[in-house]
Amino acid sequence: MNWVFSNVELILSLTATHAVLSAIPIVLSFVFSVPLGWLANRFRLTRGVLLTVGGLLYTIPSLPLFIFLPALTGTQITDPINVEIGLTIYGVALLLRTTADGLRGIDPDILQSASAMGYSGAQRFFRVEFPLAGPVLLSGLRVVSVSTVSLLTIGSAVGVTSLGYLFINGFQRNIPAEVLTGIVMVLVIALVFDGILVLLGRLLMPWTRRDRIAKARSRRQATALTAEGASA
Amino acid sequence: MSLFGDAIGWLLDPANWQGPQGIGARLIEQLAYTFGAVLIALVIALPLGILIGHTGKGRDVAVALSGGLRALPSLGLLILIALGLGIGFRAPLITFVILAIPPVLAGTYAGIEAVDRKTVDAARAMGMTEWQIITRVELPLGLPLLIGGIRSGVLQVVATATLAAYVTGGALGSFIYLGYSTRNYTIMLGASILVTLLAIVLELLLSLVQRLVVPRGVVAGTAENVRERPTRLRPVMGTPIQEGK
Repeated sequence: MNWVFSNVELILSLTATHAVLSAIPIVLSFVFSVPLGWLANRFRLTRGVLLTVGGLLYTIPSLPLFIFLPALTGTQITDPINVEIGLTIYGVALLLRTTADGLRGIDPDILQSASAMGYSGAQRFFRVEFPLAGPVLLSGLRVVSVSTVSLLTIGSAVGVTSLGYLFINGFQRNIPAEVLTGIVMVLVIALVFDGILVLLGRLLMPWTRRDRIAKARSRRQATALTAEGASA
Repeated sequence: MSLFGDAIGWLLDPANWQGPQGIGARLIEQLAYTFGAVLIALVIALPLGILIGHTGKGRDVAVALSGGLRALPSLGLLILIALGLGIGFRAPLITFVILAIPPVLAGTYAGIEAVDRKTVDAARAMGMTEWQIITRVELPLGLPLLIGGIRSGVLQVVATATLAAYVTGGALGSFIYLGYSTRNYTIMLGASILVTLLAIVLELLLSLVQRLVVPRGVVAGTAENVRERPTRLRPVMGTPIQEGK
């Protein structure tokens, strides 16, 4: 415990860095995966291509991916941008499938009703399809959030600063408390992010609290996602 | 793309494949970690998953465990265990077992749970014992999801086994570690290509297995479900009754 008390500043600054570096890919993957998920749901050809590419990208282990990216983008290997791009790729690969599944799960009768009421394609998407796919999207986003926060630490193996620094440094100096602190802070960030997402979900989708069917559906979706698992 | 060219050149040079420090030996270590850890995880998680899926008890524990462990950073876990156990292959193996248990457990209980309760009740009404229900009804029907769990466990471990080198546990990460400390990017990239190929090959093989294990009777059942799946909006030609859904 002594180590923790004498290094509070380092822990806090690394935690802040970690929170910012992991928030960016989470937000970016949401922004990119909604249009891509729509595209994957809309046409049979794009669905096959996008979901296959997404699945393959998701298969690439993270440490190798962080090493590939500098060769492709010409950046330095210790540049955080490689890790940011890598984590965004994972996030999009996972959320794209979730979005497509969420959109596909909407009752076609509802879509026909919306069209019958005179909604244009865009209106129908933003006012009907997107909110109805919301609970499924949220459960996907929660998975992306947790695994992004955890995967960011792998970046420290190639010298990108995050809470993972405490792992490498603690190992070199043989201080288990330092490593444990890193793990605990990662878990804390993951929990806080998850809480924020759940709260946002409640604020933006108040109907899901009452709608038991939607809840059961999103829970089932979450179970299926948990079974999939992320690659480290 | 000469960077990739150099890396592939390093991979294809037979001289680099020989000896106890060569690519061949490291590849075998990587596979040994992967299959060793997944086998141990199976021994632990399979009975547990069957029990949870069959009885419906402890479901929340399984969900919390499989979701919560996702947040656990594997590198931190590996290093913490290594500090306790010392360097060598034991710490990585234990870490990988811990990582492989959640997906296997989740896949098993999700597979068993996904079996229609009416089917299970029908089997029970036909006089099957609980053991017969598990082995003849629930396991065969739940097999695709179960294999899916094993598949993501294998994927998780084969990826993470690369980190074993940080606690001198060998495997393909050794080249990445060596390359990083000697600023030899070619070796790092070469090993990364190999790890990625290995992960993709294992993923394809297991997804093939997953597709093959679906019992024949179930295929007919899923075909029916496919038709019921909500379709895209179509222009309505006749009345809804003529059109079907």
